[in-house]
Amino acid sequence: MKKILKIFFIFFKIGSFTFGGGYAMLPIIKRELVDNLGWIQEKDIYNYYAIGQSTPGIIAVNTATMTGYSLQGVKGALAATTGFILPSLIIITFIASFFKRFQEISVFQHAFTAIQIAVVALIIDIVIKMWQKSDKSKFSFFLFILAFLLLVLFDISPVFVILASAAAGVLIQYLRGNLQTAYENYQNQIKESD
Amino acid sequence: MIYFILFLEFFKVGLFALGGGLAALPFLQDLIVKYGWMTAEELLNMIAVSESTPGAIGINTATFIGYNTAGIAGGVIATIGLAAPSVIIIIIIAHYFQKFNQHPLVESAFSGIRPAVAGLIGSAAFELASGGIFELNKLQLNNNLKNFFDYKSLLLLIIILVSIRKFKKHPVIYIATAAIIGIIFKF
Repeated sequence: MKKILKIFFIFFKIGSFTFGGGYAMLPIIKRELVDNLGWIQEKDIYNYYAIGQSTPGIIAVNTATMTGYSLQGVKGALAATTGFILPSLIIITFIASFFKRFQEISVFQHAFTAIQIAVVALIIDIVIKMWQKSDKSKFSFFLFILAFLLLVLFDISPVFVILASAAAGVLIQYLRGNLQTAYENYQNQIKESD
Repeated sequence: MIYFILFLEFFKVGLFALGGGLAALPFLQDLIVKYGWMTAEELLNMIAVSESTPGAIGINTATFIGYNTAGIAGGVIATIGLAAPSVIIIIIIAHYFQKFNQHPLVESAFSGIRPAVAGLIGSAAFELASGGIFELNKLQLNNNLKNFFDYKSLLLLIIILVSIRKFKKHPVIYIATAAIIGIIFKF
């Protein structure tokens, strides 16, 4: 029960400070769940985000549900999602009832422009850390640059990029011979556990 | 009845909208035209507010439209409707992912996906910076390099980035500090 409440409050905090798309929640998820609590591994967050990006629905909600499930099953998923959407409900209901012309209030505009800059800085930091934690192979670097350029220069779907990079990952591990050995180990593990 | 319609329509948007942020926009436009809940201009205003407040843009917009249509309960129901397909689909996927994430095929697929996700996140930051902050489109308009960078924004970006790398504080601290700087220096 205690863990469920903690999941709820962490995602409430994440929902309160996510400005922008689903990617903007990643620095806070990493800080809370990887650095502070050590509940999940850093690479798990990016796996969950990739899954959230390639399934229907709101990416941030998908990522919250996926992360919550990995922490505490269905209950964890519900706690994370409820926590994440509750700040939206409260803030938007408040704005809708009191500020008819919210976007014309210059104080909020100035704050938001600067917050966007902070989000860009946090994202650059996350990308640098992802590189530092990766296998630093030429292949990974190639995939990173290719994905970046395809998305920036062409209006290509992120889902396509994720599916293509998944296929590329399987292919390169196969060509390196890693897939075959990993598969043998996996089979042996299953036999042992039987 | 209006609550049922709100739930069902937003459930459909949640089920069929694939992609971040504004992927749901065409669906929402169809929706408000179909029911006459508001004008296209009101919808654009709501999206502008939803983009500049905390939380997922889609969720914020759903709360907004639901509230305007049927009060507080409307906001809650529209939001739950939008999030419900995500929760159901992801719980099913998560169940199988936890079973198979040790499988060599899944592991090798994610070894390719992770660098691509870094590229994906990087491109999101690039688009946020080029559209909202540095206004790269101005360069094409008057071809003047002076307008290429907004020096005030660039300076703030560098200061924040250096602070993040050096002090390693909680991300919330940088967001809150930036908000205060933005108000003081009128960004």
